[in-house]
Amino acid sequence: MQCERCGERPATVHMTRIMNNKKEQIHLCAQCAREQGELNFEPFSVQSLLAGLLGSGFVYPAFEQKPKPESQPICQNCGTSFADFTHTGRLGCAQCYETFREALNPLLRRIHGSVYHTGKVPRCLGRQVHTRRGLAELQEQLQRFIEREEYEQAAVIRDKIRELKRELSGGDDSEHQKDFA
Amino acid sequence: MSIKRILLDIPRWMQGEAEESDIVLSSRVRLARNMVDLPFPHLMTAAQAETFLQRMAEAVQYVNQDDLISQHGPMVLYRVADITNLERQALVEKHLISPQLATGGQNRGLVISEDEVLSVMINEEDHLRIQCLFAGLQLEAAWQLASSLDDALENRLEFAFQEQEGYLTACPTNVGTGLRASVMMHIPALVMTKQAERILSALGKVGLVVRGIYGEGTQALGNVIQVSNQVTLGQVEGEIVANLTAAVKQIVAQEQLAREALMTNNRIQMADRIGRAFGILGNSHVISSEEAVRLLSDVRLGIDLGFITGLPASVFDQLLVQTRPGYLQVLAGQELDALERDVRRAQLLQSKLRSGDNMPS
Ligand SMILES: [Zn+2]
Ligand SMILES: [Zn+2]
Repeated sequence: MQCERCGERPATVHMTRIMNNKKEQIHLCAQCAREQGELNFEPFSVQSLLAGLLGSGFVYPAFEQKPKPESQPICQNCGTSFADFTHTGRLGCAQCYETFREALNPLLRRIHGSVYHTGKVPRCLGRQVHTRRGLAELQEQLQRFIEREEYEQAAVIRDKIRELKRELSGGDDSEHQKDFA
Repeated sequence: MSIKRILLDIPRWMQGEAEESDIVLSSRVRLARNMVDLPFPHLMTAAQAETFLQRMAEAVQYVNQDDLISQHGPMVLYRVADITNLERQALVEKHLISPQLATGGQNRGLVISEDEVLSVMINEEDHLRIQCLFAGLQLEAAWQLASSLDDALENRLEFAFQEQEGYLTACPTNVGTGLRASVMMHIPALVMTKQAERILSALGKVGLVVRGIYGEGTQALGNVIQVSNQVTLGQVEGEIVANLTAAVKQIVAQEQLAREALMTNNRIQMADRIGRAFGILGNSHVISSEEAVRLLSDVRLGIDLGFITGLPASVFDQLLVQTRPGYLQVLAGQELDALERDVRRAQLLQSKLRSGDNMPS
């Protein structure tokens, strides 16, 4: 067996490390084993981070109900259960995100500090999504104007909202041609 | 171009001079994308994975007609199954594929452009990992180009996307933008002056991840680190890239200050250290990859500080790859045992470094 660290010399030192309640075998050569002692940086693994988050209770803040794996639905598309996910750290298909959304949201907030994507949108969906994002923003503005009793501005915003809503319901994307086709 | 030629080739991007390239070796942007109509790779059947590979082969033909993408030379799809184990190891050493693509799963593939700037891993943890790799600090350009390839592929493939979660990925740590931006940096002066840990641990607090490149994440062998973003959801891609760029510029500034301090206070010791490293690399007959990486770091610093002339700085980046075990064996065209590798490594270093002049002052 070759050393896992340098891949150069035969592994002569075999260690068991316990990380996030998971046992891990490490096989190193003598030189690498010595140098492991002088760690400069914490080893980082996304999988172990995730396993740690899922394994411990603190993923879910006290005011939120921690979802019980057995009470979660099973993805109708790929058969993945929430328990499968907590074991592997991986979802099975695109539909899993809808199936487990409720249970995933606290986890996403923990990892990313957010549950809403604000970045790039596939071009075929682009316009609709941008319109809806704009709509959400306008609705927040409207709320603020109403709270401050600034009804004139509120009326302007309300008109804009109406316009965007009309676009969303009746608007077609036909003029949004793909550049390549 | 055969995969072996790609392996042995020194890509153009590695040979030029780019912004901040004395400290930032390379910038990489990777986008995770999945198909809407297929289970994620770990649940795909062999037949589904095979069908998807074929769909990608068609998509690649199409993408090659794109004006922007074709500037990087035609992209070619390789099946990982057709690549020997040694060549896979060398591809990992060149940072063109992940260890996961090299070892796991079925019907995996690699698409790579002629100039090696653009590549796509197929059926790794996600169906697609689109990558763009540039020299120096060029994250924004790398993001723009990766995004263009994403656009071109999107004309042929329907990606899994939800308005709320964004691009959907097998692991929720990548969901949203699916974007992982990273830079490789050479920070010898920060390590020598014992500031590296303090500065790098501060990066963790702003959502960045630091790891060593050589020595499997636990140690920054050769003083080369990789800094990348951890958060992929909730921020716009440009924001992620700009934040990382700003952090990298700060590390660059700190490294430059540390280099100036070393040159002011410890000039003779620096000249000695660099001269010794240069002497060993150019005159050894048996050398391990760890020793080589460590000394190459000193030589690169020697080039940056003007102690060594007549060698381009990029020789360091190239030798970091060329002295790795997999690369040496692909170059030799055969498997080599540890001693044979150490001998060939010494020969390679001699031939590459003898042409330079060491001018300790
Ligand atoms: Zn070792
Ligand atoms: Zn599913």
